Amino acid sequence: MTFSAALTTQIYTMASRTCKYACDMEKSVLVSNFDKRGWAQVTSDEEWNFYWASVVSAKTIFNVETGYRLQDDQIINHFPNHYELTRKDLLVKNLKRYRKELEKEGNPLAEKDELGHYCYMDFIPVTFLLPADYNLFVEEFRKNPSSTWIMKPTGKARGIGIFLINKLSQIKKWSRDSKTSSFQASSARDSYVISRYIDNPLLIGGKKFDLRMYVLVTSYRPLKCYIYELGFCRFCTVKYSASSAELDNMFIHLTNISVQKHGDDYNKQHGGKWNIQNLKLFLQSTRGREVTSKLFDDINWLIVHSLKAVAGVMNNDKHCFECYGYDIIIDDNLKPWLIEVNASPSLSATTVNDRTMKYNLINDTINLVMPGGEHPDVKWNKTPPKGLYGHYQLLYDEELAKQDQEFSKGKVSLGSGSRREGKVKHAATWK
Amino acid sequence: MSRATISGDLNPRLIDSSIRAKDKLIYEQLKNYVFKHDLLVDKLIYKDVKLTATNDDQYFVFEDFIHQVLLLFSRDTTVLKHFAQSSATPPKSYIRGMLGVSDYAVVYPPNGIIPFHGFAMYVAPLCYVFDKPITLYYFFREIYTRHLFRLHTISSHPQGIVSICILFESLLQACQPHLFYHLRQMGAHPLRLAFKWLMRAFSGYLASDQLLLLWDRILGFNSLEPLAILAVAIFAFRRVNLLETSSYAAAEAVLADITTIKVMPLLQVILLPKD
Repeated sequence: MTFSAALTTQIYTMASRTCKYACDMEKSVLVSNFDKRGWAQVTSDEEWNFYWASVVSAKTIFNVETGYRLQDDQIINHFPNHYELTRKDLLVKNLKRYRKELEKEGNPLAEKDELGHYCYMDFIPVTFLLPADYNLFVEEFRKNPSSTWIMKPTGKARGIGIFLINKLSQIKKWSRDSKTSSFQASSARDSYVISRYIDNPLLIGGKKFDLRMYVLVTSYRPLKCYIYELGFCRFCTVKYSASSAELDNMFIHLTNISVQKHGDDYNKQHGGKWNIQNLKLFLQSTRGREVTSKLFDDINWLIVHSLKAVAGVMNNDKHCFECYGYDIIIDDNLKPWLIEVNASPSLSATTVNDRTMKYNLINDTINLVMPGGEHPDVKWNKTPPKGLYGHYQLLYDEELAKQDQEFSKGKVSLGSGSRREGKVKHAATWK
Repeated sequence: MSRATISGDLNPRLIDSSIRAKDKLIYEQLKNYVFKHDLLVDKLIYKDVKLTATNDDQYFVFEDFIHQVLLLFSRDTTVLKHFAQSSATPPKSYIRGMLGVSDYAVVYPPNGIIPFHGFAMYVAPLCYVFDKPITLYYFFREIYTRHLFRLHTISSHPQGIVSICILFESLLQACQPHLFYHLRQMGAHPLRLAFKWLMRAFSGYLASDQLLLLWDRILGFNSLEPLAILAVAIFAFRRVNLLETSSYAAAEAVLADITTIKVMPLLQVILLPKD
């Protein structure tokens, strides 16, 4: 090939190497990230390289009939069967199966205490599927008749259709024997999960909150996951008033300042969101450093195990990555409970801080899944250089963990040279 | 930053935060007062909390605690004792028809302190350390009657706000004469820029963990001087940017956000002798 021909080819290739993106949502935190990289927007019907898709569009693409094969230079932000993790009933099923497998293997992780509870794998509240497990649920309910349970429809999100019960009569229609129930075997609309309600949540300033953590998964086998450092707490505006212990301390019949609103449902300054660093400071100061570290280790544990539980059934399509929103509640004993995993965490920004955080989230996500910055290539080894992590922290890299194990089988162990975070060292240690 | 430092567990002579039975009784009594009577200052307190702590993304979570602590505080007459160390006098009101007759004078509010905008911020940082309202209340009362009251009363006391301001100015002029002159020249007097930090003891300006370290130093040195020293250190730290400004607004902008400031290294720069 002549020099000029080679040069022409190179220029031609470079020009056509501008990354083309498709995006289903008009969110500024997304679009500004794409624009700043000089990417060109195309529709999802055209030849795209990077697709930030809605769950529905992704489903269509991966559908055997309506979908198409993805090229080596195309990546998309959902795994084909993410619902194994993100649907409440399937998550519970997969976790229960995973625990039983570990138990069968004799894995120390599956150790149980004298009450029969898992020591290390007890991070979802006791849950049953309705109507399938109705009888099992009744048995459990009768053991603690004063307990409260929360009913959640399996297919819905954002709190739609959720209600609490404390009497069996309230869920009669899910009873399999009930004559009143028009029992439809697997109608997603009628199926619910029922979980033990956490009635001793950790309260801060007398208020209940939950934790939102972002977790990026770039591969399931080997498992590679990263946790975003800038998670946040979402606080209720109304003071929690169930716990009688708190009632002694609070002036419950004084009109509480937090209930008084000036028209808006939330404060535009902070939106009811509290940086996780504040949570850490508060817990360290009021409970101590050690238990706080343990809490955050437990949270990381919880996330890694939830991913491992579904890793086996997940379609490990190399064109996929996914950024999950984990909802976690911490109880008064500083134990974290996994409530839900979202495949499409909200990218709307309610406050300035929120917008900045989500913008950085997307920025760091793109850097990790496309380190080159120009063009995706699904053949790469999915081990991004540490300098690109941004606010992400490596949670678990199964490939690196195996390499370390093999290395340490020799004479010298990598020790701190492996540069994995402490959380991962725990996983390696417990194995 | 462990709880031990600020609550004085390591240093029991600093502030005794153990709650005795007598303290619990007093606390209950104060609560009863809140239930029985409303005070006009309650409205001021409410407004203050809503405008300051509720809008702060570090402290909004504690708005109820802060509100309730202040309601109790304004009815606590033991606070009147601190006026022995203050050159301020509590405001008085007179029983109807007996204006000027000292026998019929009552202190109003009962604790003698009229709350002002930003008062809630004296309580806010402590919420990170005390999760029980009763301990929070007593600790706040102690730190207020020992130190914080000097920040909003005019007095010649060496720890008073006036002396702290003088300390700030003289220290800045001594350490950073060029900067001092530059700022004064363009009409941005350093004290104008730093005053709000000093009066609020940096609450709401520093990151909460850094603020707790600073207040710890105040307790440890038993002095408010670290406030002035930190203010000087911040000016010195941002010297380069400040020297480039040419207006009050620009200088204000340089110093607007100090949430990234790390207190300990800056204090040490000023306090430790240069080799």
